Amino acid sequence: MTTTIGAPLNRIDARLKVTGAARYSAEMPVKNVAHAVLIQSTIANGRIADIDTAAAEQSPGVLLVMTHRNAPKLGGKQKSVQQPGEDYPLLQDDAIHYNGQHIGVLVAETFEAATHAARLVTVRYDEDKSVVRLGQVLDKLAVPQHFRGGARLPDSSRGNPDQEFVAAPVKIDQTYQTPIEHHNPLEPHAVIAVWTGDELVVFHSSQSVAGSHKTIAGHLGISDDKVRTVSHFIGGGFGSKGSTWPHVTIAAMAARIVNRPVKLVLTRRQMYTSNGFRPQTRQHLRLGADRDGRLIALRHDSLSHTASFGEWVEPCGLSTEIMYSCPNLGVSHRVAPTDTGIPTFMRAPGEASGMFALESAMDELAEALAIDPLELRLRNYAEQDEHEKLPWSSKSLKQCYERGAAAFGWNKRERQPGSMRNGDLFVGWGMASATYPMNRSKASATVRLQADGRAIVQCATQDIGTGTYTIIAQVAADAIGLPVERVTVQIGDSNFPEAPVSGGSQTAASVTPAVDAASRDIRKQLVDLATTGSFKGLRSEDLDVVDGAVVVKSDPSRRAEIGTLLAGRDALTATKGAEPGDEKKQFSMHSFGAHFVEVHVDPELGEVRVARYVGAFAAGRVLNAKTARSQIIGGIVYGLGMALTEETDLDHRSGRVLNGNIAEYLVPVHADVPDIEVILIEEQDPHVNPLGVKGMGELPMVGVAGAVANAVFHATGKRIRYLPIRPDKLLRTA
Amino acid sequence: MYPFTYVRGDDRQAAVALAAEPGTEFLAGGTDMLQLLKDEVRRPRRLVEITSLSGMSEISSGPQGLRLGALARMADVADHPAVRDEYPVISQALLASASPQVRNMATIGGNLLQRTRCAYFRDTAMPCNRREPGSGCSAIDGENRLHAVLGGSDHCIATHASDLAVALVACDAVVVVTGPSGEQRIKLEDLHLLPGETPEKETVLQPGDLITAVEVPPLAFARRSLYRKVRDRASFEFALAAAAVALDIDGGTIRQARVALGGVGTKPWRSHEAEKALTGAKLETASFEKAAAAALAAARPLHQNGFKIILAQRTLIRALLTVGA
Amino acid sequence: MSDWDVSRRGFLQTTALTSGGFAFAQFVDRHGALAAEPEAAPSESAPARQRVTLQVNRTSHELTLDPRTTLLDALREHIGLTGAKKGCDMGACGACTVHLDGKRVVSCLTLAASAEGRRITTIEGLAEGDELHPMQAAFVEHDGFQCGYCTPGQIMSAVALVGEGRAASDDSIREFMSGNLCRCGAYPNIVAAIKSVAGGRA
Ligand SMILES: Cc1cc2nc3c(=O)[nH]c(=O)nc-3n(C[C@H](O)[C@H](O)[C@H](O)COP(=O)(O)OP(=O)(O)OC[C@H]3O[C@@H](n4cnc5c(N)ncnc54)[C@H](O)[C@@H]3O)c2cc1C
Ligand code: SF4
Ligand code: FES
Ligand code: FES
Repeated sequence: MTTTIGAPLNRIDARLKVTGAARYSAEMPVKNVAHAVLIQSTIANGRIADIDTAAAEQSPGVLLVMTHRNAPKLGGKQKSVQQPGEDYPLLQDDAIHYNGQHIGVLVAETFEAATHAARLVTVRYDEDKSVVRLGQVLDKLAVPQHFRGGARLPDSSRGNPDQEFVAAPVKIDQTYQTPIEHHNPLEPHAVIAVWTGDELVVFHSSQSVAGSHKTIAGHLGISDDKVRTVSHFIGGGFGSKGSTWPHVTIAAMAARIVNRPVKLVLTRRQMYTSNGFRPQTRQHLRLGADRDGRLIALRHDSLSHTASFGEWVEPCGLSTEIMYSCPNLGVSHRVAPTDTGIPTFMRAPGEASGMFALESAMDELAEALAIDPLELRLRNYAEQDEHEKLPWSSKSLKQCYERGAAAFGWNKRERQPGSMRNGDLFVGWGMASATYPMNRSKASATVRLQADGRAIVQCATQDIGTGTYTIIAQVAADAIGLPVERVTVQIGDSNFPEAPVSGGSQTAASVTPAVDAASRDIRKQLVDLATTGSFKGLRSEDLDVVDGAVVVKSDPSRRAEIGTLLAGRDALTATKGAEPGDEKKQFSMHSFGAHFVEVHVDPELGEVRVARYVGAFAAGRVLNAKTARSQIIGGIVYGLGMALTEETDLDHRSGRVLNGNIAEYLVPVHADVPDIEVILIEEQDPHVNPLGVKGMGELPMVGVAGAVANAVFHATGKRIRYLPIRPDKLLRTA
Repeated sequence: MYPFTYVRGDDRQAAVALAAEPGTEFLAGGTDMLQLLKDEVRRPRRLVEITSLSGMSEISSGPQGLRLGALARMADVADHPAVRDEYPVISQALLASASPQVRNMATIGGNLLQRTRCAYFRDTAMPCNRREPGSGCSAIDGENRLHAVLGGSDHCIATHASDLAVALVACDAVVVVTGPSGEQRIKLEDLHLLPGETPEKETVLQPGDLITAVEVPPLAFARRSLYRKVRDRASFEFALAAAAVALDIDGGTIRQARVALGGVGTKPWRSHEAEKALTGAKLETASFEKAAAAALAAARPLHQNGFKIILAQRTLIRALLTVGA
Repeated sequence: MSDWDVSRRGFLQTTALTSGGFAFAQFVDRHGALAAEPEAAPSESAPARQRVTLQVNRTSHELTLDPRTTLLDALREHIGLTGAKKGCDMGACGACTVHLDGKRVVSCLTLAASAEGRRITTIEGLAEGDELHPMQAAFVEHDGFQCGYCTPGQIMSAVALVGEGRAASDDSIREFMSGNLCRCGAYPNIVAAIKSVAGGRA
């Protein structure tokens, strides 16, 4: 029996992607499509006093200008089912909540006509004062009302952290800050809305087709089954395509009015005000330790900002709760409204920002005690989840530390900052830990085995670049007993059996158990069929399915082909769901990893370049060694951007995004990224889910910024506590 | 984009005559023009595409120096053996600019005339004196980390973005212009204007003026020249600070020097002050430090760009140390 | 009733019939409305247009375009070649990279009219029939992508880079590929893919 699970298979959709044949949402060849362009506010707070659309309406080719004045009144709720706690502006009133809010949409015959005419709409505002930075709203901080959708508490503690901190012999007491960051998937959000009668098909770039069609239906006040979301290929999302943002519904509204399919693609600039962001944070870390570096007390108090019309909180402290052994620990989250759009999930929301702070603070503690940073972490290794008082379902962080350190050569590190050189450049070695929770939701899948020996798997999940297509094929192939080439995977369509959002690194853990269950059912049906047909008289236990044929275990030369067994039938079909039980009550489930990085810093010019990177990760079972490695590399690169270059600049007076493009919002380019050595540590974890997978998408980004900041400190003796670490900060810091 | 008509110029004089009419602009590689058209910062009614004009793409070198046709592409100039060997500073400045794709499209003439990257300038929703005279400068009290510390006024502090212009201005380049009133030769140093009270006036060129070539006089010691650019990420970004330097060295003494700075000035910033400080000075770090201090003596920091004063000095010192070595 | 049948049952039937390793292309073909001729008939109120003939992948396309149309939009919206991607529309990401007379350029900053009379090659024109170009094959093998959106641009750029002689070292590849952003961070795999092709040539 050949197994494909785990093998480094090439992606099954690779050919489509390298030939340009893979069609992303805006590329679906829909006939007679009209082009829509959003009109956005240019102030941050106030009301629309007057809006003049006459010039735009008279511009050649224009079909519709829709603003709050003439937009259909939506009976439905204006909330996203995927992101509770927010009220979307959907052209229903004249209120402006942030700069860049949608205030209208224009539809025209061509893209060129639409983009120009949209700019001819002139608006007079009654403008109110606005505040757009966290630093301006520190007096408005409050306890979050919808923290993690109610699933977690914003404040939690164990022991007596405040008192024990005061008493601790060694203390670190510092504040760390992270800026606004934007996901910037390379594919801009795109929608084509097609009405047929009262049914709507929406092609749009979505990390959650199943959630999307419900959200749109909810907005429009029609029933879910009238709306179908299709998203076959998604050009990256990183959280920004997890919720269904207002432009999708707006496109559907416009399509209804012009009575034609409407295509709406956000411009890169609009991507900065249309689909959330990682909010600015300030995190106060207090670490108290004994002289051997053992933590006695730990507090992590985080501030972040949200929109005036909804609450979204960056949950910075959650990793801190479980990361290290410490008897006295407290975590809190506070949030204040600003006149900005609403933040959202961005790759490792909370973990990425929070672990920058925690891992920087741990490094500061190591420095204060003159202990090796890795040794400090080992001394504080958590043998169980001390917060929930649960055993780990599996944890291989020690192996990650060991193997990562060995591959990197960590033991050759000179402890003293500023002591290592490469020519005139200062060399710094930094490390940090990574952790991410195992998430899993209910999912189902349909598998259909055809007489031609091919299986088709259908599931309303999606592949955002993570390799979902491929791992589904692998899991189904193994479970049925088919060569992987004989599996067709159909996903990205809300008509298929329901699956959760591709967020929280949960897709593999949620979807593959359902695919596995449905596939096993097919295998069983097939074998049962054989016992009444080709192998009458034998029992099911005597048979196996190998390479697409039923064989007799004791004599594999006796085979029955699927076509023969299914003679006269169309196909075998099975739909199965899989969902988590109460295993999270018995075990604490997390992935872990370790980062080791070498930076070269030009001491006079402040240039920081990453020279070398080793990451070691343990996240349960690896379904595809090739795509898993790619995801890890991708997460690290994302983290390097966070560490060194990414920051969204807002004009502090108007809230206008100033670098709302991808030239000045600096994501890493080829030249920023060295070779990255990935070490994958396989874990057998029977508790997390039937396939033992934990999810790989976000974990590798967690800790990168801390590791880099620690390396920069090691190189220069300068501690940068406010990301990103750009030359000006190094020049300013003594 | 505002609607425009598109004409291909295939004759130099005709192109000039067309472009002299109001509402008409030249289009070369289009890499800056298309950005500005899309953002509706520029609204010409007619574009005259000039890339098919003959005799404007050649790159030649000889005893009279280097001649770069205004339509020569950045990539071709950067790779030209004469440029690489005799004026490395020019080749390096080009290779440190934009991306390979943009360099395959963008022309030398267009590069010199590219507009500032000031975010307020490129966003028609924001006040900006350079774009809309009298509307106010959003940057002076706004976000100005990337703005100029040299040559600014109370009306505008936008950085000139070109790397190439910095290298060329250090080499005493001259711009050859054909206009409605005939041909003229303008020192590159005099091409761009300081913002003063009229930041909207960026160059001395008049409507219809067509740059046909850039000439770089012979400069033997330009073989010992260098462009050093500092940016936040390793590539594909405009300069935080940059220095173009060439040194004429006689034993341990500097006979002559050429110095220009990028990323810090409202125009390509030739520093005669630094050159003066270097002329006759000893080839040592202390001389470089003095020159750097002289170059930035007139710098005026705003609340976010003060670091550029230090950074530009250190960049210049580094460039001098490297070519001096 | 439009020719594109969105009823639930209609759809499931069609998809259930599909076969082939990867079913999506077939899904498109089976739907009448999803046909490969997206150009809309110009309406009367449309803005001024001009005729432009583009030579793409050795095929000539006569188009009537708004003069403002970029080469990228002409390819994607008018010719139906959606391989070149729009990531930023401002020259900053490289997703729209195509070859003009053999040189890599960003098609989003090129007017369609300016590309007239020039040889345009897109990702769709790279493979010889069913045979992938070696660079495409190397990207598959080295997993030089995740979401795939930057991929056509990366590949077009990579092919040009090898031709330019810039694949001599890792650092050179990285520098001269820096006009192609990959937000999924596939950079190390892309470098490996390029090396495997360039190495094979040297
Ligand atoms: C993403 C990106 C990154 C970039 N990064 C850098 C960088 O790091 N460093 C850098 O220096 N530059 C950079 N640039 C700018 C780039 O170098 C310029 O856009 C380019 O050089 C302009 O040349 P062009 O031929 O495309 O000019 P066009 O866009 O065609 O024209 C620019 C202007 O010059 C005028 N013009 C053009 N040619 C002539 C002529 N012969 N006579 C008279 N007028 C003329 C046009 O009318 C127009 O006003 C970048 C550009 C992009 C898109
Ligand atoms: S610095 Fe100049 S270009 Fe920028 S906003 Fe001020 S006036 Fe405009
Ligand atoms: S779309 Fe052309 S460079 Fe980004
Ligand atoms: S593969 Fe997604 S952007 Fe490169």
